[in-house]
Amino acid sequence: MGVPDTVSENQKDAVNSPGPFYIKDCALVALATGRRARMLQEFRSELASINESSIYHHYWGSLLQARFEEREFNNDFAAWVRHGIHDAILAERLAALDPTDFPELESLRQEIIELIDMRLDECEGLLWMRATQQFEFVRSQIIVFDTTWCLQHPAELATAIEKFSTSSIFYHFIDARRRTDHRCDDFSDWLAGFGAEFEALRKHIAGIDPYFGNLAELRTELTQLFQAYFKEANA
Amino acid sequence: MSLLDDYAQITGQDVIAHLRQLAAPFSGAKVVHVNSTRVGGGVAEILTKMVPLMQELGIDVSWEVITGEGQFFECTKGMHNTLQGNQIHLSDKLLKVYERTNAENAESLRSILTEADFVFIHDPQPAALLQHFPKRKGKWIWRCHIDASHPYRPVWKYLRQFIAPYDASIFSLAAFARELPHPIYLIPPSIDPLSEKNIELTPGAIAQVYNKYKLDSERPLVLQVSRFDRFKDPIGVIQAYQLAKKFLPSLQLVMAGGEATDDPEGALVLSEVQEAAKGDPDIHILLLPSDAHLEINALQRAAGIVLQKSVREGFGLTVTEAMWKGKPVIGGDVGGIRLQVINHHTGFLVNTPEGAALRIRYLLYQPEKITEMGEKARVFVRDNFLITRHLREYLALMVALLYESQDRIELTESSLNREIHEYWK
Repeated sequence: MGVPDTVSENQKDAVNSPGPFYIKDCALVALATGRRARMLQEFRSELASINESSIYHHYWGSLLQARFEEREFNNDFAAWVRHGIHDAILAERLAALDPTDFPELESLRQEIIELIDMRLDECEGLLWMRATQQFEFVRSQIIVFDTTWCLQHPAELATAIEKFSTSSIFYHFIDARRRTDHRCDDFSDWLAGFGAEFEALRKHIAGIDPYFGNLAELRTELTQLFQAYFKEANA
Repeated sequence: MSLLDDYAQITGQDVIAHLRQLAAPFSGAKVVHVNSTRVGGGVAEILTKMVPLMQELGIDVSWEVITGEGQFFECTKGMHNTLQGNQIHLSDKLLKVYERTNAENAESLRSILTEADFVFIHDPQPAALLQHFPKRKGKWIWRCHIDASHPYRPVWKYLRQFIAPYDASIFSLAAFARELPHPIYLIPPSIDPLSEKNIELTPGAIAQVYNKYKLDSERPLVLQVSRFDRFKDPIGVIQAYQLAKKFLPSLQLVMAGGEATDDPEGALVLSEVQEAAKGDPDIHILLLPSDAHLEINALQRAAGIVLQKSVREGFGLTVTEAMWKGKPVIGGDVGGIRLQVINHHTGFLVNTPEGAALRIRYLLYQPEKITEMGEKARVFVRDNFLITRHLREYLALMVALLYESQDRIELTESSLNREIHEYWK
């Protein structure tokens, strides 16, 4: 996860002139899938065939939905296994999965199924365990729009970032990890285009964990980082 | 100052700028909301603010109210109750009145609904309008504000024939949704921070309710605001209070609800509650009129802790209201309460009167926790359950409907307007 160590082919061509950073924003709307599970085996079976957009929603999209800043788990599947099925072991394993480690959602799905199967082999009782809360598979549609505003130089991040809406932070800092070649956030991806100049800044950005703070806190953290970095650079 | 500016002071300017951006493609679009009453009830409350907010965003929005006679509303009240699980038979005669009333309203609303780009039909009352618009131009969305997870099946089967042809429907939670042959969106309800129910009050206004109801402002006060209904477990609330009072003799309990004038079951529950409370001057059973919003607001602000010990609950907007006022909530582990009360952070989820009593004691033993959790609760509501979020999701849904089932929709620059540029200047 995080910062690309090397500059990509496209970026090589564009080193020192990666072009402007277009600020985009997004909104997410959730949809019911009509599929639900009360047992782990049933959950596994539904997961095997659920639309990929549902996996996106429960791993990524829910970060933009109603959430609490001090999340115990970074994805809905782990949270349900812990609080619905009450199996701490599988919950911890699911929470440890980093979706950016997987090239596409399908391989993430297969890994989750693998972890469930492994756990069912370890603990047969889970086959019959009825969850205290039903798991509702939800999917989402994401709407992306251009704010028409763009940044020409990284130094502008220091003042612009606090004007980003929280959903814009979601788009550029979280959703980007699914879109970019290096599975990193858009800021790091853009900075990589400037060659080694901002490598230190990219490393600082990689140190921000996007999963546990809420989006407003994430924005504050990024603001502090960019302001401190460019203040020092200009000193 | 515009209405949007008023909300910006609460939510932050970025939230309003975001709404403007999302609404930009709909500048001049015709949107119509249809329900069955302009005052009273949660739907009317939401539309009272949602419609002017949409207008300020440049959308050509109107709010139409269908009319009907007594038997129509008798029928739709029955539908409401049956969707929530009550097993009530609706006679063919009443169903005919329902269909005829919808047909009559369809005629009076024909031009506005035919031409609309988006029509939001709220709840079952106007649901049968759609069949009278075979040449409709826009997208029609059925918005269900009711927990329809366990409906009385014959009535749902009857209503489903009218609802299935819609372009989409909206339910408040996934658990409330019914299977339908179109996209089913999930949009939780919201509260309006500028309404009488939620607006900031002066210390004087809060002191008034202490005086009026002979409450002691120096002693701890717990409150439950809800109908006298078994699903709200009012007897369980009294039991929890009694268990906690052994350790906290100065504890006071207020249970505030409406008078059960038209609900025989409600009157029975109320009498049981009064019996259970008998002899304890620190239990205050308040029967308040349905428009006592400011008084409820003041009571919520006066309380240290708010209870919503439901054993079955829809979304639970009284929980949202209390949290908005910075109160930790001890709530039943059911329905939408689970979405709002985050154990040990914004309150506690409980399953028994014993559990509720334990949490009352826990919080009153360490008042700093009440302040800390209350602040988290307020921020959580600000970020997730205010009307601005509700509006954002309506706008997102409108965009999504134009793009059918695409998971990812990229809007082009050409749809943006000047106000967006202003924000980024």
